[in-house]
Amino acid sequence: MALRIWASSTANALRLSSATRPHFSPLSRCFSSVLDGLKYANSHEWVKHEGSVATIGITDHAQDHLGEVVFVDLPDTGGSVAKATGFGAVESVKATSDINSPISGEIVEVNTKLSDTPGLINSSPYEDGWMIKVKPSNPSELESLMGAKEYTKFCEEEDAAH
Amino acid sequence: MLEMATRQVARAGLPLMNIVRMKGVPILQQLEIEERLLRTSSNNWCIINDGTDKPSIVMGISGKPAELVEIRPVVEDKVPVIRRFTGGGTVVVDHGTIFVSFICNKDDVAGVQPYPRPIMSWSSLLYSHVFQGVADFRLRENDYVFGLRKFGGNAQSITKNRWIHHTSFLWDYEARNMSYLKLPKRTPEYRLARDHLDFICPMKDYLSRPDFIAKTIDAAGSLFSVESTEFEAVKPSSNMEFAPTSRLLTIKELEAACKTSI
Repeated sequence: MALRIWASSTANALRLSSATRPHFSPLSRCFSSVLDGLKYANSHEWVKHEGSVATIGITDHAQDHLGEVVFVDLPDTGGSVAKATGFGAVESVKATSDINSPISGEIVEVNTKLSDTPGLINSSPYEDGWMIKVKPSNPSELESLMGAKEYTKFCEEEDAAH
Repeated sequence: MLEMATRQVARAGLPLMNIVRMKGVPILQQLEIEERLLRTSSNNWCIINDGTDKPSIVMGISGKPAELVEIRPVVEDKVPVIRRFTGGGTVVVDHGTIFVSFICNKDDVAGVQPYPRPIMSWSSLLYSHVFQGVADFRLRENDYVFGLRKFGGNAQSITKNRWIHHTSFLWDYEARNMSYLKLPKRTPEYRLARDHLDFICPMKDYLSRPDFIAKTIDAAGSLFSVESTEFEAVKPSSNMEFAPTSRLLTIKELEAACKTSI
């Protein structure tokens, strides 16, 4: 476990040091990847804010710990989400797990591919496995979320504590 | 005096768990109680339902009746089909089933991350104490088995800060009821293409009902400070605002599923 944390920290440090401005580069699949430029909730969801729309999904750390996702329950377009409140669920290894929204807003798009291919969440958590797109009602909520470096440390500490 | 004080301090160091013992409560009502306690309570609970009132089929949240259930005989025999709020597979439950459910705050179960596999491992350790010296118990591909035969099915639901792990134990069962279930698309490897009745076994061959329940409460008592709570305190009442998601499928839905599968 200690070696994994050291290796993960080193790998993440190298990835982060190459970023002079936000970008969304895919990273090593050996350990859970964390993308620079996204914001992260302590319940392991990510947000990518571009213009008036924010895309939300679960992190590589989350999908790895959840196991193979076999079913995704998502809300309808037009509904609303509230910060730190559940908006859907995934099923994996005989368990349903809540997905919580990192921010508040109106749902403007839902990833309908996930109903036929829920495994996209495992294979592509930051790209094809996105879950909902939201029009943020309070963009300042993004400021309270973690950046990549902080989230990486959060994951390492959480895993080390168990 | 010192011994009593020491014991109280020792118990005080453990998180509290409320034990609710029920008998013959309908499975849909049990599921409604569990989901409400998971979502609206901040306490830890162990729900034990010693048998349910009538045979029922209970599917996981993503279960598709056409794939899992022999719909014609189920409709003809008026067997209730329920979709529950947790994940996992399909079971037939009746008076021979003993249900045990743990609803916990993640912070009260030290060292267990709130994800499916760690919670499942934790529960298997608890039950290994129950069956110690009784049978070759283990967790095998997320099932509870004696050797290579399944006697308990598990499912879970995980929220931000709490989770439920619930199990239906086959203390006894009727072969006729098992025939309502189809072979699922996904089966564990250890099943080795066996028919259902060759794959499962009844717990009654190993342990009496009272002994199993007593040992389970003892095992919980080694991890929590357990207190008994009356069923009346958790029974649903008409003025409760919580809307459970477990539900009974209608005959129309079952017949539509049957037509879709043709």
